[in-house]
Amino acid sequence: MIELYVLLAAMLAAAVAAIEIKDLLAAAVALGIVGFSISIMFILLQAPDLAIVQIVVETLTVVFFAAVILRTTNSDTTLAGGLKRELVLPAVIYVTFGIVFLILMGRVMAELPRFGSPTMLVAREYIALGLERTGAANVVAAIILDFRGYDTLGEGTVLFTAVVGVLTIMRRAGRKERNREARS
Amino acid sequence: MSLIVQVIARLLAGMLFLFGTYVVLHGHLTPGGGFAGGVLIAAAFILMSLAFGSVEQTERNSYTLSSVVESLGGVLFVSLALAGYLAGVFFFQNASVYGTGTPLKLISGGIILPANIAIGIKVGAGLFAMFLALGASRFVMKD
Repeated sequence: MIELYVLLAAMLAAAVAAIEIKDLLAAAVALGIVGFSISIMFILLQAPDLAIVQIVVETLTVVFFAAVILRTTNSDTTLAGGLKRELVLPAVIYVTFGIVFLILMGRVMAELPRFGSPTMLVAREYIALGLERTGAANVVAAIILDFRGYDTLGEGTVLFTAVVGVLTIMRRAGRKERNREARS
Repeated sequence: MSLIVQVIARLLAGMLFLFGTYVVLHGHLTPGGGFAGGVLIAAAFILMSLAFGSVEQTERNSYTLSSVVESLGGVLFVSLALAGYLAGVFFFQNASVYGTGTPLKLISGGIILPANIAIGIKVGAGLFAMFLALGASRFVMKD
């Protein structure tokens, strides 16, 4: 348990650093620390499936960031400003909402069973019947592609939508056309 | 990129692709599956395109190809699920349509193995298409 809290503290520190550091490459590395800490947590919590996905995706993300930063600029050009007057009201609203949310969340968390105690009745059924019903040795695969196939279909739809969105906004053909129109 | 990066990338990319294929094909036996394996396959392609760069024409071709392959992966996944209707049972029906096979063998788990392959194709091609769309040619670094 203690190592989880150490990782959580490291993640919090890295997240704050990612926002505050002026050097963008260092900020990307700090963001990577957050993601890799999550994957270590998944390993500690005995979820190798998720850990593999998290490590691979995090590596790709950091590579993406590094490629972009090396090619463009390495300094944070966001204007640093103090607390402006028009931002006071939103800040007060956010903090108030955060406190209310924390109080309510604390009450809900108190209702939940202790960390790590198996109480999920449906999951117990999946683990008991997974091999017999599907013939798949990996119970996670049995759950995501058989018992919960609809979830995976939804996930695929999300990825498809993301790809379509990126391709629509970023495609070269569209940009070229607009440039030509602007030039002529 | 420098010669060192190119040599290492050439050595690594094949192994990355092989490992990604392994993770996809053994998703029903070991940890991993279509998503993790697909990202690994995309990583192999991205590594090569970062290390060697690409001329605009090949980039545009692979961009079209990868977005088409991404959609084909999605269609394959949905049609695997629709096979349940053809057999007269439910959407995403597994055991009674595909059979479960012998547990712990490669051909087992019914729909899970082909669905993992479909997801792997979809994720790999989709991520590579995204990478190309986000401006791969602008990342090509001269030495």
